[in-house]
Amino acid sequence: MANHTNSGNPNVDLAYRRKKNAEEMKFQVISFILMIFLTIVAFFAVGYEGFSHWFSVPFILLLATVQVAFQLYYFMHMSHKGHEFPALFLYSGVFVAFLTVLAFVTIVWV
Amino acid sequence: MHIEEKLTPETFPAEPEKATLEGKNKFLGFWFFLGGETVLFASLFATYLALKDSVAGGPTSEELFKMPLVFVATMLLLTSSLTSVYAMYHMKNFDFKKMQLWLGVTVLLGAAFLALEIYEFNEYVHEGFKFSTSAFSSAFYTLVGTHGAHVTFGLLWILTLMIRNAKRGLNLYNAPKFYVASLYWHFIDVVWVFIFTVVYLMGMVG
Repeated sequence: MANHTNSGNPNVDLAYRRKKNAEEMKFQVISFILMIFLTIVAFFAVGYEGFSHWFSVPFILLLATVQVAFQLYYFMHMSHKGHEFPALFLYSGVFVAFLTVLAFVTIVWV
Repeated sequence: MHIEEKLTPETFPAEPEKATLEGKNKFLGFWFFLGGETVLFASLFATYLALKDSVAGGPTSEELFKMPLVFVATMLLLTSSLTSVYAMYHMKNFDFKKMQLWLGVTVLLGAAFLALEIYEFNEYVHEGFKFSTSAFSSAFYTLVGTHGAHVTFGLLWILTLMIRNAKRGLNLYNAPKFYVASLYWHFIDVVWVFIFTVVYLMGMVG
């Protein structure tokens, strides 16, 4: 295992790692607060009479995409290095998903 | 590092889920699986979007969906996603007891979500919205029900890991297992974000 923080003193490394983990936790709590906020905004955008659905539908889809990005990059650690293959696998899935949904909402005339 | 090595907080690796070859393989294989799950849910979302207006005289989405229930369910699942992040935080700090505690909270929140969903489906059936009522109802129950089945599976998976490893403690053999289960749990929340947006919120604006 490559350990770039190895100072030879395990207690120093431990303190450093704990600090790194706590820092990451802080980012995750911030993304959680933002996700809650985006959810509330989406519910209000739908409840508010002043918005036509030509505005509110693309708007809440955008909010959902942003929220999912937080989930993937912070909660699921995709922002960390060593996630090239996970990104390849996931975005391949997203690409097929996009084509499938596009086909069904445009070509299907049921 | 060896899989059966006895570890202390000092020797526990920074990325325990990827410290062994088995862990690395699990990590990659699981993300590949999540790519496939994305396609599975895309096909169900696409079907739902194509059929959502074919109500065949049955209830429409505007008549059925109730915002408070969906909002509470969303908050429960989103919070359970955070508590599983807490669990992984404690795993990286080699604190087995706290990891188990937060996984337990995650399971409770997930179970509450599932209970709400069962209540909701039960209400709909009593309002005359059955699986075979319309193309809309079939597409709705298939999509939301498949998600609910994933929640159920995730709950059983996390519970099994917690019970199986309760006396074993944390090591490099089970750390990747816990990590991958938490990835699955986050993915369930990712799918739910699109369900509450595409099915419920878009269903309420028409």
